[in-house]
Parts: sequence; structure tokens; C-alpha cells
Amino acid sequence: MATALKLDSGAADWRVDVDSEEMVLNMGPQHPATHGVLRFELKTDGEVVKAARPHIGYLHRCFEKHAENVDYPGVIPYTDRLDYVASMGNSLGYALAVEKLMGIEVSPYVQTVRVIMAELQRIASHFVAVGTYGMDLGAFTPFLHCLRDREKILDLFEWTCGARLLYNYNWVGGVSHDLPDGFLRACRQFLREYDAITVPELLDLLITNKIFIKRTAEVGVIPVDLAISYDLTGPNLRGSGLARDIRKDQPYCGYERFQFDVPVGKGQFGPVGSCFDRNWVRCVELAESSKIIHQALDALERMEKTDVHEKVPKRVKPPKGEVYFRSEAPRGQLGYYIVADGTGVNPYRVKVKSPCFTAMSVFHVLAKGMYIADIIALIGSMDVVLGEIDR
Amino acid sequence: MDFVAGLLKDAGLGGPPWLVVVLAVAIPCLVILMFGAMACLIYVYAETKLAGFFQDRIGPKRVGPHGMLQTVADAVKLLFKEAIFPAGVDKFLFVLAPCLVNVGAFMPFLVVPWGGRLQAADLNVGVFYVSAVASLATVGLIMAGWASNNKYALYGAMRSAAQIVSYEIPAVMVLVAMVILVGSLSLQDITTAQLGGLQNWFVFRYFPLNIVAFLVFFTAGMAECNRAPFDIPEAESELVAGFHTEYSGFFFAMFFMAEYTEMFVISAVTSVLFFGGYLAPHESLQVLGPIPLGWFWLTFKAWTLMFVMMWLRWTLPRLRVDQLMHVAWKVLLPISLGLVVVVSGLVLWKPTSLGFPWDRYFGWPLTVAVVAYLVVGIFRAVRWSRRRPQELAAS
Repeated sequence: MATALKLDSGAADWRVDVDSEEMVLNMGPQHPATHGVLRFELKTDGEVVKAARPHIGYLHRCFEKHAENVDYPGVIPYTDRLDYVASMGNSLGYALAVEKLMGIEVSPYVQTVRVIMAELQRIASHFVAVGTYGMDLGAFTPFLHCLRDREKILDLFEWTCGARLLYNYNWVGGVSHDLPDGFLRACRQFLREYDAITVPELLDLLITNKIFIKRTAEVGVIPVDLAISYDLTGPNLRGSGLARDIRKDQPYCGYERFQFDVPVGKGQFGPVGSCFDRNWVRCVELAESSKIIHQALDALERMEKTDVHEKVPKRVKPPKGEVYFRSEAPRGQLGYYIVADGTGVNPYRVKVKSPCFTAMSVFHVLAKGMYIADIIALIGSMDVVLGEIDR
Repeated sequence: MDFVAGLLKDAGLGGPPWLVVVLAVAIPCLVILMFGAMACLIYVYAETKLAGFFQDRIGPKRVGPHGMLQTVADAVKLLFKEAIFPAGVDKFLFVLAPCLVNVGAFMPFLVVPWGGRLQAADLNVGVFYVSAVASLATVGLIMAGWASNNKYALYGAMRSAAQIVSYEIPAVMVLVAMVILVGSLSLQDITTAQLGGLQNWFVFRYFPLNIVAFLVFFTAGMAECNRAPFDIPEAESELVAGFHTEYSGFFFAMFFMAEYTEMFVISAVTSVLFFGGYLAPHESLQVLGPIPLGWFWLTFKAWTLMFVMMWLRWTLPRLRVDQLMHVAWKVLLPISLGLVVVVSGLVLWKPTSLGFPWDRYFGWPLTVAVVAYLVVGIFRAVRWSRRRPQELAAS
């Protein structure tokens, strides 16, 4: 789809206008609905926002500089802290990137274990996204229902690798721990309740609620060309109606073996690309991830078990070269660009292409002319995590 | 007042006439204040427990049996906390605001009838008085928002002003309609006009006019006490805490108290207008031996309505500012105006009628249906929440 790049810096909105009745409202960095430490400068006229400017960097932890000073496996715990709501996906992308650089091919067993973990993490992450979105709009209960079931996923993770949030699970060439005995059964049990109760309940309670639809269906509409211009990825892009998913388009980690659909925003209640559609895509992905996990569990049962540390190198020292590897994290396309100089055990450079960071760039375009309450709805529908934006 | 004065006289506590008057004024006021303040503890506890139930968790549990002393502990904590005055606040207004909000919340208690004689003052302008003093709270809210020197507080205050002023109009229109039906502004008269058991309660008369009136009034009332889904003045995800963003310690607690008291007042007035106030569903339940049960029935009805408010709060998302105004001006207001017109016509047409001829076919069945729906719903919810662990264990 050839579209002219339509970019707007937003600078013109901030011309000083002395005689008006405008007020600058500082929203964040400590605001209940900015999902962390995001700060917005809003130029408001009553309830209407005339211009908005996001300020980021309150959670900057020098990830990329850190990465240059530790060895390749040592970067993995730092990747966990990028998007701390979806750590598995981050470390998976990094591990796959380094493996690609070193030419390591892990066994199908390890691949499938990684897929199960990544998809469970996607469910957990979308639970937080959808739940907090409901809370942004004033519905407190779905949030706690979501977190209740997210706990069960975290229990599975804890059982496997001992950690509940930052796992250090995907290693270069393998995973840290094999699945414990009985994991498949416990995971199936979780999915049974999840498919039968949690997702339908969530749809009933929140997504099909009339007030929820009214609040979201015509708000923050991102047409597909705008979404492409501002490089939105993941559910944000799919919400605009374009079915792009790296798991399908450039399968990695054995995703080509699984059957699943790529949901797109349909615009049931308004224009395509609204906040509702982005949220709807996440809800459908909840079910799609469950499909993938079911297939992966079945595959694991038939598969020969291999040592998960089989391919883990004693010393991770890639040859001179560079690699860019992108994977589909819960929040969109997560890319790692790694340069190895071939001399040391530390990466020469690690650059992260973060989905939330690019999603933030379209914000000021959409925010113009919105109500303050819609700003909250818009931030929530983008599902940004500040750890990943600021890195 | 007369009731207390009579009691004093009966007890032989004669004294100078001015003392009797002072006592007759002071005792009801104290009783109302005590009841209002103490009942807030119950409401907050009920709300936290209910929220826990709706959200599939336990709620307060540690302090006292079943966490019953949790709210007491909270209140004590808030009492002892420092009241922080941020830089640039207008101290006088900042302190006055929560007091004024409370005045607006407590004053309607004066005319709420708990029984035939159990009423602080039977004003002949009762309904008018309620709607007048209830809007005092708005002044307090705007004052709080303005004095706080905080933009979020100011937004909250402006929102609450717009909201309460808008929603008062449909509420008052419904009041007018009911007053036209009864022919009196006194809450006592409105209650006694519904004598004769459940089928004579106004909500079941003039089917379906009064049911609509009830829904309009209750919705508007919910909006007037800033409850979700109309809680935009304090929308915690948008405006941090709205008008009480800068309040801490006991001033904050006072806003909280006012909110819950206002909820009770709205529920009580709704019960009086539509559910027979202190009247029992059947005359045999009006007294228990020598004890009149009017106070029990009014409290029961009001608390049931409060339960509905809490239920809605923990279920629904919040409306947006413009949608809120849309509901008030384009939905509720035309309906309530229409009601006034229709009811006025009805009264002209048949002034002594107790209702439409078909009312007796609706009153009881409707009640039974609603009660059955609620009971079955609650039963199913409880069973559902109990079943989950068992189901898991079985699989």
C-alpha cells in the first residue's frame, strides 16, 4: 500500500496565544491513568484538548549502554525489564537474535516450550492491557477479574523458572529450566477455565457494555494510512484493519507449525481503527493465543524430549557481524539490532526498536480536539508500557 | 421536634420553656448527626465487602470479625492524620468547603419521616426543602475545587457544578409530578398517601408512568451524589481525585462521609416518594408487638436502593462529560417534562383516583418479578462464585 508519509511534528499547535482562555494541564508523570511515568502536557480549553505533547524519559535506565558492558547472556535480565508486563517476549526476541547471529538452531522441543511461554505471556500481558483499559474508563471490576486470572499464568511461570515477573528464562541456545512434571496438565486446566469462563465473562462484562462502546467506538480513530505513516505495529496496527503479524508473515521459533488467525479491527460500532477496535483485537488475540497453546501442548506430548541446555554455548562469542531480528511481542513488533565486533564477549551495540515508543509518536496527532476523558481512553487503547518506551 | 418535646413532657422533665425548646431542637439534630456519621461506617464496610464480592475477592478481613472494624480503623487513621494545606490554597474556603458539603448532605435528614411521629420536622414544604438544601453541596464542591489551587480540582469542581445543576432539573420535575399527584409537599403526607400495602406504593400506581418517574429520579439522584457511572467530578483515572485531590486527613473523610450520606438521603427520599417510606409491604408488618417498625422499613428500603447504587458502581464504566450532559438534557429532561404534563392532565381528569384501573394487575406481579429476579440473581452469583474452585478441583 503506497501512501505518502504524513507526519506532523505538532509544533504549530503550541504557538503562544495570550488572550485565549486556554490552560496548560500537566498530566503525569504521577497520574493514575498514564500507565507508569508518562507525562502529557495538554493545552486545554475547558474540557477540550487543543494540543498534546508527550514527555518521556522518566524511566530511562540506559538499557542500551548497559548492554554494551555485560556479556551476551548478561543482557537477558535487562531485556526482561524493558517491557516488564511481557518479559518472556522480550527475552525471546533477544535470544533469537543472538542465536541468529551465532547460527544456533535449537531443537523443536525447546522451540515449542518457548512458544508456550511466549503465548502465555501474551495472554497475561493482554489481560493487563484490557483490564487497565477498563479501569481507565471507570470499570474497576474487569481489571481485578483479569489480574485474578493473570495470577494463574504467573503461577505457571513461577513453577517453571522460579520468577513471577522477570524470568531470565529464554537463554541463548535454550531455556533456563525445562517444564516441570505435570505442567502440561496444569496448563490445560488453566486453559479450560480460561476458554470457558474468563474470556466470555470479560466480553460480557466489559467489551459489549454499552457505555464502554460509547466511550471507545468513535474515539481515537487511526486510519490505516496514518497507522502506517507512524509505524504502528502489533494490535495497534491490526486495530486499524491491516493484518500484519510477524508470527504469520515471517514465522520464527516454529510459529509456522501452528494454526491461528490474525484478528483485525472490524469497526463494529464505528469507524475502523478506533480505540474499541484496538481493544477488540487484543480480546480476540486472547482466544487465538489459547488456540496456539493448545496446539503446542499437543505437539509437546508427541515430541521427543531434549535437554533444554543442549545448545547453550559455554561461551557466547558471536563472530564479527550484525543482525536485526524482529519478533511479535504482545505490544507489537519488537526488533533487536545487535552488532558484534568478534573480539569480546560483550555486544558492541544493542539497539531496540520498541513498539510502544513508535506508538507514542502518533499521539499528538490524535489528541487534538479530544476531550480530556478521551485522552485517557486513547492512552489506554495504545497499551504503552513505559519501561519499553524509555528503556 | 414536637415528638421530642412531647417525650420530655411525658417524662416529667419540665423546666424553663426555653430549655425544652433547646433540647427539642438539639436532641434530634444530635441523633441525626450521630446516625448519619455512624451509618457511614456501615456503608463503607458494605461497599468494600460488596466490591470484593463483585470482583471475586474477599475484601476486608483482618480487622475485627470479618473485617468489620476496618472502617473504624480507617476513620481513626484519617482523624489522626495531618491535614495538609498545600501551597497557595485559600485556607478559609479550603476548610469551609467540606463543612458545607456535609451541611448539604445532612440537612435533608430533617424532613425524612421514620414513622408517623418519628420525624425531626414535618415541614409543609418538605420536598422543596430537600431539593433546595441538597444543592448546597454543589457550592461546597466548587469551593473545594477553587480553593485547592489545583487544576485537577478545578476541573472536578466545574464538572460537578455542570453535572449537579443539569441533573437537578429532571429530578425536580419528577418531584413536581409526584407532588401534583399527592397534592402536598410534605414528605409525611406523601407517605400516608401510599397507605394500604404494597399495591398502593406510588411506584406501582399509574403503571407505567410512575415506574418511569422512579427510574428518572433514581438516575438523576445517583448523578447528583456523584456515584459511578456518573462520577466524573472525581473520576480517578482522569482527574486523579477531582475536587478532593488536595484534601487529606479528616477533611477528606468529611467528603467521603458527605458522599455516603447523600447516597442515603437520595435513597431515603426515593423510598418515601415511590416505595411508601416507612410503610410496611403489608399492614401486619408495620408493628412488632409494641415496637413500631417504620424506621426499619425506611432503612431497609433505602439500603436496598443503596445496594443498587453500589452494584452499578462496581459494574459499569464511567460516562464521558458530553455523554453525561446528553443523558441529562436530551433523555431525562424530556421524559420528566412529559411526566409533569401527563400527570397534571391526569389529576385534572380524575382528581380522586388512586391510579389507573389496570394498576392492580401490575403491582404485585411486578414486585414478585423484580424480587424474584434479584433473589435468583444473587443466588446464582453466590453459587457461581462458590463453584469455581470445586470445578477446578474436579477437572
